Amino acid sequence: MSATTQSPTASDSRTPSSSPSRAARLLGDRRLPVAVTALLFLLMYGGGLARYQYYGFAEPQVFLNLFIDNGYLLVAAVGVTFVILSGGIDLSVGSMIGFTTMFTAWLVERQGLPLLVVVPMALAVGAFGGFLMGYVIHNFEIQPFIVTLAGLFLFRGLCLVISKESISISDSTVSSMAQAQASLGVGFLSIGAIVSLVVLAVAFYVLHYTRFGRRVYAIGGNEQSAMLMGLPQGGTKIAVYTVSGFCSALAGLLFTLYIQSGDPLHATGMELDAIAAVVIGGTLLTGGSGYVLGTLFGVLVLGLIKSIIQFEGTLSSWWTKIATGVLLCTFILVQRFMTTRKKA
Amino acid sequence: MTTSSTTSSRWRALTRHHLFWPVAVLVLLLLVNVPFTPDFFSVRMADGHLYGSLVSIVLFGSPLILVAVGMTLVIATGGIDLSVGAVVAITGALACSYISDQHDQGALSGVLLAMGLGLLAAVVCGLWNGFLVARMGIQPIIATLIIMVAGRGVAQLITDGQIITINSEPYKLIGGGYWLTLPFSIFVVAAVVAVTVALTRRTALGLLVEAVGGNAEASRLVGIRSRRIKIMVYMFCALCAGIAGLMISSNTSAADGNNAGLWIELDAILAVVIGGTSLLGGRFSIGGTVVGALVIQTLTTTIYTIGVPTQTNLVFKAAVVIVVCLLQSPKFRAKVFGAKFAARFAAKGGAKPAAATADPAAATEAAPKMEVS
Repeated sequence: MSATTQSPTASDSRTPSSSPSRAARLLGDRRLPVAVTALLFLLMYGGGLARYQYYGFAEPQVFLNLFIDNGYLLVAAVGVTFVILSGGIDLSVGSMIGFTTMFTAWLVERQGLPLLVVVPMALAVGAFGGFLMGYVIHNFEIQPFIVTLAGLFLFRGLCLVISKESISISDSTVSSMAQAQASLGVGFLSIGAIVSLVVLAVAFYVLHYTRFGRRVYAIGGNEQSAMLMGLPQGGTKIAVYTVSGFCSALAGLLFTLYIQSGDPLHATGMELDAIAAVVIGGTLLTGGSGYVLGTLFGVLVLGLIKSIIQFEGTLSSWWTKIATGVLLCTFILVQRFMTTRKKA
Repeated sequence: MTTSSTTSSRWRALTRHHLFWPVAVLVLLLLVNVPFTPDFFSVRMADGHLYGSLVSIVLFGSPLILVAVGMTLVIATGGIDLSVGAVVAITGALACSYISDQHDQGALSGVLLAMGLGLLAAVVCGLWNGFLVARMGIQPIIATLIIMVAGRGVAQLITDGQIITINSEPYKLIGGGYWLTLPFSIFVVAAVVAVTVALTRRTALGLLVEAVGGNAEASRLVGIRSRRIKIMVYMFCALCAGIAGLMISSNTSAADGNNAGLWIELDAILAVVIGGTSLLGGRFSIGGTVVGALVIQTLTTTIYTIGVPTQTNLVFKAAVVIVVCLLQSPKFRAKVFGAKFAARFAAKGGAKPAAATADPAAATEAAPKMEVS
């Protein structure tokens, strides 16, 4: 028994890994995309430092601002990571964020409910929306793309049903929470940034150290085998969309805190940013392979593009879209080469 | 006895026709309007043009019909094209910015060149999508996501982030002009639909597209150049989106890189689904798609006429998507209509077993599903 399990490693160590096989193994390593994204982030950050060092790019706060300005995107992207790892897709993220900002603003401002009551309600609505979509996807075998597309329409429509105009929030608890800062010595983080990092840590734990996490990977890797192994496929799928709905609602709350208003057009197209962040973070869109830490780097890279464009000053905002598209394209092609090489 | 059975079988044949339900929904939606606007179906003549609700439904729905027709073929090959909205924006932006740079904006040659430029850019986008999907083997949703994200940026780059307004008579014709008393765009749509139907149903092209959608690998093994077919289909879809982009920008005489064709890809996919084309690929119906696009446009018009607040438009659309998808899902039908449906299908299968094998559409529909589950 032990001999058979040891033999591959033994043979590997005996042939002192000639350079092509080492390269092949490196290319086949699942952690490579995350490493590439992290490297890209460091390179971009280094480039920014070299170019704008006299404009205060080196301030630690510039780095911390990446978390403050993109905390909501990180939370949404973590939710999308779960869905994509399971082999699905969720297009309703942006609408759900918009709906949550609207819902929260409406309840707090127009109905006068305290924030402590509104927050759990918003989270519950988001999770329930995700649950419903997961239920339909699993039980009626409709493509996730179409179901979440319906979710996109539905939540954006519900935003407009609540109110056509934006509702600004003047509630004192909200503004004091939005202005609260946690000092780190070299800079500060907002509540939103801290929450997003906590969500990331929880997601990391769940995906890598719990049964549920393993099931998500198993179903994304090969649904048929997962089913034959006796994994509760339906429950896991529904749970994944529930997690995504919950994360979107939480992202919506953070966005509300960040922008202090509810608007029916908030976060349009944010689902694309979230998906792009996940892909750039090295998660395979076919499911089953990827790391939630990669998503962190994906979000940071997107955030860094935005801040570099701000520092540049002369570049217009649409360059963000073009740069995102180009990065997305590069990473998809890299993924493609990696998976074909693994098969060969 | 015999007469009743023949009428019932004729009725059944009618309801089983693939266009029956889309057309029924369309007629129902049109009829809903009558109590609210009694002269809904009347078409009157004014200034030598025909006016009326029906004409305006077709007029405002024409860009959607175009995009949806292109999308139908892409979906028939088992793909999807999310980039059409961005292509609409790019085409409009290019054409308008070229015309606005002209000295004489009304010159026909300049307008034609501008349209050619716009359509060329659209076809290049389609070529890129097709290349990524067919050559690189990337999932269509993701491959077209790239242009969906970057394309709007490019469109804004072309227009410099502003709304370019133009004043060109010949360019106005394609989206807002009249010809033979009817809006000119109706003729454009009719021509594109006719050419598409002729190419796909009078030649083997449609069959090849369906074969590729049914099983790309098998069709490659029987000698169909499935990659080439896929690239062609994406280029065609982008071309349709390009024409729609010209139409939209011409109708408003302006190019808006941000909002032109926003979410048209979702509407187009919806139209294709309502028209009865399976999202799994392998079969398609151009007629169904046209009816589906008209259903969506009529829905929008109806929401205006019956006085429902326009903001509920999206909720309505969501409801329609959900209902249509649920009805298309065999599992849902089995669960809800349960025993009754199952029994009827069993009886039918027993009565004429040939029917099951003679229905290639059903067979191709079932085939990819087995792979998925």
